[in-house]
Amino acid sequence: MQTTPLNAKHRELNAKLVDFSGWEMPLHYGSQIEEHHAVRRDAGMFDVSHMLPVDLRGDGARAFLRRLLANDVAKLQTTGRALYSCMLHEGGGVIDDLIVYFMHEAWFRLVVNAGCADKDLAWIETQRVAMAAGVDILPRRDLAMIAIQGPKAAEKLWVAMPGTRALTEPLRPFTAVTVGDMFIARTGYTGEDGFEVMLPAKAAPFFWQALLEAGARPCGLGARDTLRLEAGMNLFGQDMDERVTPYESGLAWSVDLKDAARDFIGRDALLRLPRTGPSARRLVGLVLLDKGVLRAHQKVITAHGEGEITSGSFSPTLNTSIALARVPGEVSVGDEVQVVIRDKPMPARVVKHPFVRHGQALV
Amino acid sequence: MNIPAELKYTKSHEWVRLEADGTVSVGITHHAQDLLGDMVFVENPTVGRQLAQNEECAVVESVKAASDVYAPVAGEVVAANDAVESAPESLNKDPYGNWMFRLRPADPAQLDGLLDAAGYQALVESEAH
Repeated sequence: MQTTPLNAKHRELNAKLVDFSGWEMPLHYGSQIEEHHAVRRDAGMFDVSHMLPVDLRGDGARAFLRRLLANDVAKLQTTGRALYSCMLHEGGGVIDDLIVYFMHEAWFRLVVNAGCADKDLAWIETQRVAMAAGVDILPRRDLAMIAIQGPKAAEKLWVAMPGTRALTEPLRPFTAVTVGDMFIARTGYTGEDGFEVMLPAKAAPFFWQALLEAGARPCGLGARDTLRLEAGMNLFGQDMDERVTPYESGLAWSVDLKDAARDFIGRDALLRLPRTGPSARRLVGLVLLDKGVLRAHQKVITAHGEGEITSGSFSPTLNTSIALARVPGEVSVGDEVQVVIRDKPMPARVVKHPFVRHGQALV
Repeated sequence: MNIPAELKYTKSHEWVRLEADGTVSVGITHHAQDLLGDMVFVENPTVGRQLAQNEECAVVESVKAASDVYAPVAGEVVAANDAVESAPESLNKDPYGNWMFRLRPADPAQLDGLLDAAGYQALVESEAH
């Protein structure tokens, strides 16, 4: 199993370690629910060094990314701006979802999912060759990545690393800045304010320790999953994969068709598909109306046919169970549906997601 | 590891305590709650239900997963602990202080077939390797 530069820190903190996509990662450090609340109410930190930063260097980077990604990097015009996008195959299915950062015309950075990294690199290289793009692809396994999340995340960062304050205080969501050899982005996967910091692997344990002493609570992948689910954020491999399109995954907003001349991979397939409506499946939020826990792959019975839960869990913030589910396109917000839990149909309501944002329940 | 000497245990990680009135209390072990993580849902059997030995009769769900709870011995359910249904986290905080349900054993001799503390300790250790 692969380990991150923070593995020894996790062991010192008595983490429960699990195999996540071939990486030995902390599931929790004692209580997943307390970690979840720490991020909603104060600040938590996550080792996300298993995710892979990939630098694209060269003057051809922008043109290459406008072909490679379903969202349009033409939107990225000022240094540090970031964009969420899916990377699609020719059939319109999702190979991975990622964040792309624009630093200057000859430097863009992608951050891709751990479980997709090898596949993504092979795909990107194939496209680079096919396009004869003037760009070098540089996977950055030399970097570690720590996410600091929560309403007090900024405070903790500035206590741990006072030198970062001047440059990070003005950062708006979805922007990044380099501070020495640290790359600091105001991004995250929790629905709270916070930062994702990429830094040299050797420096990561010292930064982690400084954050710990500043009062950021170590949080595992368990809390990361319930936080992102409450925030209505998809998880690749669970809520979408190569067999479904962004339209069927609640991600139509990230597909940019405005520039008709931009021939991105998957565009032709998406244009043949309905974006919404009865013939399309859609991803919706569910709140369970009875006791129990919604889980991935449970069957959803609606007035318009069957669907399936893609992610489900107990929501510590709402103190009830919530889920994302792929259902027939006619299903609308407000509908009552049935979820089959251990052979018993249980009532659930279709709701708008996100469920929680900045500590506040939205449903 | 917390394995009280005075209790009996099953291979499926329930603990069993013989009460003075001849009924048995059933809960899940410290090891079981540790494997599952934070508990968020408990469903007990209804009082009056007749259970066969090893029959699935209750469910505990953590943030991570759902897990069935099995009847350690055959018998009738004589009580279900509503307190653990309304506060599932009590199974994490004090797994031996919070029973889930009580049975009146149909055949008390089945109790002798359960694991003692040493036997359960050996089971947990063997599963860890």
